[in-house]
Amino acid sequence: MERKISILIVDDEESVRDSLFSWFIEDNYRVECAESAKKALSILESANFDIILADIKMPGMDGLEMLRRIKSLKKDSIVIVITAFATVDTAVQALKDGAFDYVTKPFDPDDLSHLIRNAAKQISLKEENEVLKEKLVSLENVEDLIGQSEAMQKVLKEVESVAQSNSSVIITGESGTGKELIAKAIHSNSSRKFFPLVSVHCGALTESLLESELFGHEKGAFTGALYHRKGRFEMADSGTIFLDEIATISTKMQIELLRVLETKKFIRVGGNKEISSDFRVICATNKDLKSMVEQGTFREDLYYRLNVVNIHVPPLRERIEDIPLLTEYFINQCCISMNRQPLKIDTVALKRLEEYSYPGNVRELENMIERAIVIGNGKKITLKDLPLEKSIIDSSIESLDDNEKNHIIQILNKYNWNISRSAKALKVDRVTLYNKIRKYGLKPSEDK
Amino acid sequence: MDQQNITLISFGYFRKNILEKIAEDVKLEFHFPVNIKEGHLDLSEFYDSSRRQYNGNTLLRVIDADFSPDSFRTIGLFSVDLFIPILTFIFGQAMLNGRTGIASLYRLSNERYGMPRDETLLLDRFRKEVIHELGHTFGLLHCPNPTCVMRSGTYVEDIDQKNQNLCVKCRTEL
Repeated sequence: MERKISILIVDDEESVRDSLFSWFIEDNYRVECAESAKKALSILESANFDIILADIKMPGMDGLEMLRRIKSLKKDSIVIVITAFATVDTAVQALKDGAFDYVTKPFDPDDLSHLIRNAAKQISLKEENEVLKEKLVSLENVEDLIGQSEAMQKVLKEVESVAQSNSSVIITGESGTGKELIAKAIHSNSSRKFFPLVSVHCGALTESLLESELFGHEKGAFTGALYHRKGRFEMADSGTIFLDEIATISTKMQIELLRVLETKKFIRVGGNKEISSDFRVICATNKDLKSMVEQGTFREDLYYRLNVVNIHVPPLRERIEDIPLLTEYFINQCCISMNRQPLKIDTVALKRLEEYSYPGNVRELENMIERAIVIGNGKKITLKDLPLEKSIIDSSIESLDDNEKNHIIQILNKYNWNISRSAKALKVDRVTLYNKIRKYGLKPSEDK
Repeated sequence: MDQQNITLISFGYFRKNILEKIAEDVKLEFHFPVNIKEGHLDLSEFYDSSRRQYNGNTLLRVIDADFSPDSFRTIGLFSVDLFIPILTFIFGQAMLNGRTGIASLYRLSNERYGMPRDETLLLDRFRKEVIHELGHTFGLLHCPNPTCVMRSGTYVEDIDQKNQNLCVKCRTEL
């Protein structure tokens, strides 16, 4: 519901006050009246008004003096002055002193309506601007970074404080912890957010491909370079470049990268023109770069160039308290993408999820939930829908032989001990299957 | 007190059929019986020679005091140019949540704006103005609905754009 605009009418003439009062009340404004500037100032000490409509000529303190005083107290107040005889001097003086506008008595009803509507529009724009500014200050696009745990809140705080700077950032953490999401959050909350965030998976590219990918190439630079192509550094101009799996780049690329980071200039492969690009660099790795430096596999100078700020994303097992939230989030996301009714998870299944160690971190949990929704009964996720159940039940079986024995028993039982069909299913010949049956001492009666 | 009767008091000459038609429409809109009366006032007392107009504020006060003491709702109908000190003119005004209002057809006629005389349009505008002011006496404020009779209008064109009826929202507030 829209809030009511409030108007304070300041005029020594009762008939003017009454007329304006009735007029504005009928237009659904909140209205109060003051018969003098002194009274108006005392009202303004305890109450705020969006618009102050004040006569210039009043006994005691005049409207212009009151305008100056109001402006010195509250700079952005909207004051409209009313004059009986419009003179250029008074109008100019009022506007110089900060009046929003001035009107000459008597005014055309339409002029008054317009004037107040314009002032109300200005107020709503100002309020909208304040709300937008507040939104800008708070973190944006961090909806995917789920977590109430202390560890995750610390990460979000670091994101907030680092976003506005231009410093290089290294995001460390195990695979699947959401390092790319952190990079996106930093970019979305930086002054570069209106420019691109360019991601490069360094680990997925060979050295020569990575060079061409990062710096671009000219037409004919190598076989297959049919057209000139912009590199990722060039594409990230004014924005951010995210170099994932930075630890995988070769020593040669490390030198090239260091030079580009220092000069923000590079040459396309096969080119001779130096290109400048203003980018911010964010890297991610699941390796311990410090120990790589000590072992001599990662350049120390590049390490220090990149590692201005380090954000470590904790593994999921270190923030177990986030598992229920993450589970709920992934269930909702999956159900939306699969166009299904939202599902619940039963408490036993959730407890088991909290007990698991997640070597694949959040990514593993996400995949687990998706699988459970796909294979489940569509009503509730239970323990049997989770791949955890089997692994926990069978955790006593560790040897390969035991696993092989169990698997052969299952297949034989499935095909009613028909050796030919079982051997075909196991993709071994019949002799091999007989040998295995003998080896493990399997008999139909004991296994059925 | 006239129990639940709306009284329309004409000051000056109005064609009888105009008043009857307005009374009919008012009755349809507010579902109260409507009386038509003739009032007599020396309008020169309300005339402001510097503005060559009649003071709507004092007229409203006098009608409220002298013509509506026993009335449920009263609207004074005029054919003179009304003003209030702060505005160059008014089509009418009313006491919000009160019992009295006034309306004038002076500025509602086409001839006032250099256009050909149109009695039907004049009647249409005047009844909207009367219903609008009566709405204020029942506590209704200006309505943002462009077709509601309670929509504020500062030009005759604004009046032409709206209907003579209250919108659903205003009717429920009534």
